[in-house]
Amino acid sequence: MKDYELVAGLETHVELSTRTKIFCSCTTAFGSEPNTHCCPICIGLPGTLPKLNREVVNYAIRAGLATNCEISHISKMDRKNYVYPDLSKAYQISQFDQPLCKNGWIELDSGKRIRIHRIHIEEDAGKLVHQRGDTFVDYNRGGVPLIEIVTEPDIRSVDEAREYVEKLQLIMKYIGVSDCKMQEGSLRCDVNISVRPQGSETLGTRAEIKNMNSFAFMQKAMEYEFERQVDLLESGEKVLQETRRYDDSTGTTEGMRGKEDAQDYRYFRDPDLVTIVIDPDEVERLRASLPELPGAKSARYVDAYGLPASDAALLVKYRRVAEFFDEAAQGLQNPKTAANLIVGQMFRRMPTDAEKEACEPGISPRMLHDLAALIESGKLRMNLAKSTFEMMLDTGKPVLELVSESDMAGMDDAALQKACEEVASANPNAVADYRAGKEKAMKALIGGVMKATRGKADAAKAEEILLRLIEQ
Amino acid sequence: MIGKLHRMLETREISCAELTEKYLSAIENENANLNAYITVTSEEAKKAARLVDARIAAGESLRPLEGIPMTLKDNISTKGILTTCASKILDGYRPIYDAFVWKQLRQQGAVLLGKSNMDEFAMGSSCETSYYGGAANPRSTSYVAGGSSGGVAAAVGGNLAAYGLGSDTGGSIRQPASFCGLVGLKPTYGAVSRFGLIAYGSSLDQVGPITASVEDAALIYDAICGYDPMDSTSQGGKPVSGALKNGVKGLRIGLPDEYYEGLTSSVRAALGDAAKAYESLGAEMVRFPLPELKFALPVYYIIACAEAASNLGRYDGIRYGYQTKDYHGIHEMICKTRSEGFGAEVKRRILLGNYVLSSGYYDAYYKKAQNLRGAIVQAFAKAFETCDVILAPTVPMTAFPRGRKQSDPTEDYLTDICTVSVNIAGLPAVSVPCGQDQKGLPIGMQLIGRAFDEAGILAAAYAYEQSAACVKPCEMGVRL
Repeated sequence: MKDYELVAGLETHVELSTRTKIFCSCTTAFGSEPNTHCCPICIGLPGTLPKLNREVVNYAIRAGLATNCEISHISKMDRKNYVYPDLSKAYQISQFDQPLCKNGWIELDSGKRIRIHRIHIEEDAGKLVHQRGDTFVDYNRGGVPLIEIVTEPDIRSVDEAREYVEKLQLIMKYIGVSDCKMQEGSLRCDVNISVRPQGSETLGTRAEIKNMNSFAFMQKAMEYEFERQVDLLESGEKVLQETRRYDDSTGTTEGMRGKEDAQDYRYFRDPDLVTIVIDPDEVERLRASLPELPGAKSARYVDAYGLPASDAALLVKYRRVAEFFDEAAQGLQNPKTAANLIVGQMFRRMPTDAEKEACEPGISPRMLHDLAALIESGKLRMNLAKSTFEMMLDTGKPVLELVSESDMAGMDDAALQKACEEVASANPNAVADYRAGKEKAMKALIGGVMKATRGKADAAKAEEILLRLIEQ
Repeated sequence: MIGKLHRMLETREISCAELTEKYLSAIENENANLNAYITVTSEEAKKAARLVDARIAAGESLRPLEGIPMTLKDNISTKGILTTCASKILDGYRPIYDAFVWKQLRQQGAVLLGKSNMDEFAMGSSCETSYYGGAANPRSTSYVAGGSSGGVAAAVGGNLAAYGLGSDTGGSIRQPASFCGLVGLKPTYGAVSRFGLIAYGSSLDQVGPITASVEDAALIYDAICGYDPMDSTSQGGKPVSGALKNGVKGLRIGLPDEYYEGLTSSVRAALGDAAKAYESLGAEMVRFPLPELKFALPVYYIIACAEAASNLGRYDGIRYGYQTKDYHGIHEMICKTRSEGFGAEVKRRILLGNYVLSSGYYDAYYKKAQNLRGAIVQAFAKAFETCDVILAPTVPMTAFPRGRKQSDPTEDYLTDICTVSVNIAGLPAVSVPCGQDQKGLPIGMQLIGRAFDEAGILAAAYAYEQSAACVKPCEMGVRL
């Protein structure tokens, strides 16, 4: 059996979190009673006309800028005609040949770039609700703004696909254009997938897979589809160009419609909407308003702060955590301490993604900053700092309300000398073990000193003194 | 007409309730003959009239359109009032909002008598594609009123309304106005908001008045031409009433050769007389060819049908209007609803429209039509370098008999040959009566202007109207 390579491109729909819909002033809020966020325009009553929400254009431009796209100066809206009960006008207002953004990319950790072919804006459809053996339509989602982000066929593995979507999701959350919740459908992926013998330069026939509403499903669907196509080729059959649907109950994909049944959308320019003119100054204003993006942030943490890449990735993964850290790190000589406290202790109190996403530790970034500054200045020993931080997280109180000056004063040399002598004489076995070459015994002795001084001792200094005592 | 009624109300020669009652009883007597109205809104009209009378009684000053009974074509959305587009598929549909134009008129005190008959979805030139049957020409009831705004023309011509609003996609205001001896104004695309006008060809549709006089048309245009933020293509027009009496001295009137081909002899003669009348009023005639006009008819039918096919996709029986009775599954429900709900002409244009947009044919038809549309726009722009307005027949012939059998459904499309070019170029045009044929059927001429020069064409129309023998009103309906 030959080795095969997977080739995939992704089409990602991201629901924009503008306050109102794309062509009317209805709210975009999720999860209300069916058909309560509707008006004559978004249910397409005869005679109504769409009015483009310029905020949607700005959100899409931000998304384009954040993914290194070129922004068009002139754009337009087109009608994509198809009949489905959830589409109240029997056409979706979308963009066909003049998308707002094109030719961008997202960089993976490996440094490989997944090129973005285009980003366009369009309206979402409503949805069908099957209940009591009947079918109903809920148009609340109809007219909610979407961007569709289409990549080039640059993806070569399931992991790359996953990393691309995660990166995309994070960028969209950072720039605040979407909450990108796969479960709520505010981020949806279709994958175009084909296979070819390893080393081949030509693209195989692709199948488009729809309906993957979680990373797990995307992974399973791609793995299944890869195997299916390889099996077909190996048994001398051909892959058909078709649209397939992922069925999570069976973990398989099944054909929906073939190329010959492909819908003819009869695209044409929507005569109800005027040309979209984009002012280059406005684009620059939007560019300047973009926050530091996750890629740049994580590089800064590694390069400037000396954080390990894994810690940097953990902090950056949650926008609010990163913002919390950035605020706490301001003015610190060595922000690594603050990072360690977040990743090591704060995260233990936020076990779920949702909790980290929300990042509500009960203390302010300034409080973490003050604690880290005390550690940095040597006033607060690390182990005392750790227990203090736990208390801060418990009580929400600032560090200076929890530890006294005397706690922080540390110990004078004489007191430490005395404590070490007492520990050494109380543990003759450990001393003997150390002398016999058991390095570990030193740890036990230092532990004893720390316990006796309730953590106030400087461990390094204690070790120095103990060594001197033992060698005497 | 409107001015006269306004003075009568103002001087309390007649109350608004009495006036409205006169119209309603005239409708009751004559509508069976003319079939001008699909829906008569007696109660709403009486209620509106009482409010006007209360204002008069309170000594408040009467606004120009206040208390004047009028009608709307049945494709203009009226909150709570049936709006059918003369189609079975909109059976029982009552909009939950008012069209921009109706809102304007309602706020200015208009009294709505009812909704007028039309060709189904404004597709036709005779009013005979209406699900409710055709409207008769008040000048001679065995002839058609024209279309698609035939019901408005029949109502205004038959004195069953003081004025009405129609819509014009390829001539649907001007042609019936011409057939019924009335004035019909198709404003510049973007001058009047389309919000609430049920779409046929979105890039061509405009709402405008059908009236008994040029002065009335100007008055109504001024009332509805405001900018509307709800219509992205709306720019708002400039009021014209003040410019009506500007005269035509020194005006350069263009006569493109192509508009004068294939006319009946009576239409040709009437247009010749009109040109002479203008010359005697001091205007200058400029003759030139406008060869791009020969593309206008195919370009119009390709673009209008393409847009219509898309616009009419929403009538699926799910949310409003007609729904078939027996079906298995959603697919069959939609298919049967549309098969039963649409008439033959509408189906023909939906098929045509989907055909010209479909992959493999798009470039040959739709794209080519768009390119030619650009050429026609340019040709008009060039023509307006040598003239100020264009004078052309509205229709090459007069009204044709009702109920005639056609061997070719596209035969009627030829009646639009002089009107569609104006919609393609988005220009304003007004049809004005300019004589009659041997049978006594009215002949109309149209004055076409530069974009947003409604003032120019209406002033030219007014000058002619004042100089010409006045058209006698029909001997039916409300006579005051």
